[in-house]
Amino acid sequence: MISRRRFIAVGSTGLLAACDRLNSSQAFRGVLRSAEGLTMRAQRLVSPRDALAREYGEADMSPIFRSNGTSMPGTSEYAKHLAESFANWRLDVDGLVSRPLSIPIQTLRGMPHRVQITRHDCVEGWSAIGKWHGVQLSKILDAAGLSTRARYIVFHCADRFSDKPYYESIDLIDAFHPQTILAFGMNDHLLPVANGAPLRLRVERQLGYKHAKYIQRIEAVESLAGIFGGKGGYWEDNVDYEWYAGI
Amino acid sequence: MNDAAVTAEPIEARSPRRFAYRHRLPTRIWHWVNAITVIVMLMSGLMIFNAHPHLYWGQFGANFDHPWLTFKGRPFPGWATIPSTYNLAAARRWHLAFAWVLVTGFVLFLAVSLRNRHIQRDLAPKRDEASPRHIWSDIKEHAQLRFPTGEAALKYNILQKLSYVGVIFLLLPLMILTGLAMSPSMDAAWPWLLDLFGGRQSARSIHFLCAAAILLFIVVHLVMVALAGPINEIGSMITGRFKVPPERPAE
Repeated sequence: MISRRRFIAVGSTGLLAACDRLNSSQAFRGVLRSAEGLTMRAQRLVSPRDALAREYGEADMSPIFRSNGTSMPGTSEYAKHLAESFANWRLDVDGLVSRPLSIPIQTLRGMPHRVQITRHDCVEGWSAIGKWHGVQLSKILDAAGLSTRARYIVFHCADRFSDKPYYESIDLIDAFHPQTILAFGMNDHLLPVANGAPLRLRVERQLGYKHAKYIQRIEAVESLAGIFGGKGGYWEDNVDYEWYAGI
Repeated sequence: MNDAAVTAEPIEARSPRRFAYRHRLPTRIWHWVNAITVIVMLMSGLMIFNAHPHLYWGQFGANFDHPWLTFKGRPFPGWATIPSTYNLAAARRWHLAFAWVLVTGFVLFLAVSLRNRHIQRDLAPKRDEASPRHIWSDIKEHAQLRFPTGEAALKYNILQKLSYVGVIFLLLPLMILTGLAMSPSMDAAWPWLLDLFGGRQSARSIHFLCAAAILLFIVVHLVMVALAGPINEIGSMITGRFKVPPERPAE
């Protein structure tokens, strides 16, 4: 007869071992992963396509907007751009577009832009509210003439994380959402380095890791399969974060 | 009971075992699906909490803001989390997949239990039970570990009803809604979620507090099952057959 305490101890370690074993099983992870598609379809079903993330007032802003992930890209190329105050930074737009573009950052800053005070939700659980100034991504994509074959927009970044290039991707529903902007300003100033200078993505209905910083190139593609690890982003490829980060 | 007069056998021998059918199939299925789902959600939730073990009130909250609850490092140890070593991505996959099981089971349970009148008949407190006097006498009975016997054991007593109703109609809906309120996409679709809870970080705090309340419920529930006769109680939740405890002799 085993004691109750021993029974509970064996039971709970057994449960944990079982969970860890399930977690390393490809088939079971596939079952868990299928929830991501279900969540995306369900959320899209109940969301009007242009449903706006809440916009806050000045009084609601975080006193300090923390940065996360890369706070200073370590490459010599970036250091040179920083030393030049990003005077020669350009945004390249290519892939499945009829008119590839290479837009100087000064031109972007002069374009009609949107100002939005929104909440940034990190996958870890914290939130910060900041003010963003940026050009709607839809304007850039329209200018480049997006092909009807294009299904995803990929953002290539200047920072490297664990020595791998950072990148992210979103689909066209989010790319053409009115609050999806390429932000060059934050809280009434030019974007600080820690928050992605000189250009970052705001995709307000998704979690923080989708908001690529230090953007140098936008690529329109039909499939994410051929790009880096094929899962659509640095975190998706390397630690299995969900590609759809709406929750 | 005519034979009572002619036999002199003790009560136990005369009616050796009386069984009653106590939990209907949908209730039993939901109970066990939930037992697994809620434990997985609690343990994976603790791993998610480990990623940022600070809670705030209001719309925003991060490292430079004032938390009402804060821990150093990763507060919950491996034996309490899924997976057992730090992995936010895997914990989220478990949590968000089992959330679908929780919500689906909850909605089906509500629909079936309204239809077969389980909620109206077994769970809703009757008018006389809801009186403070009745509740207080039930608390005293429980404190002395005197559990209902005979026919009374087939019905939920008022403390059971209140705790089950609290979990089913308060804690579970709050868990689901505060969970949705943490989703930036749901906040765009249903902005009332933010107004209902006073912001995403308030919703996150309420989510954590409700999880603690559910954990408390589970602990008390298991203690009561152990005290009331675990074989009979667990058996009846598996098969539906419940051995009715014989009437307590009058004092």
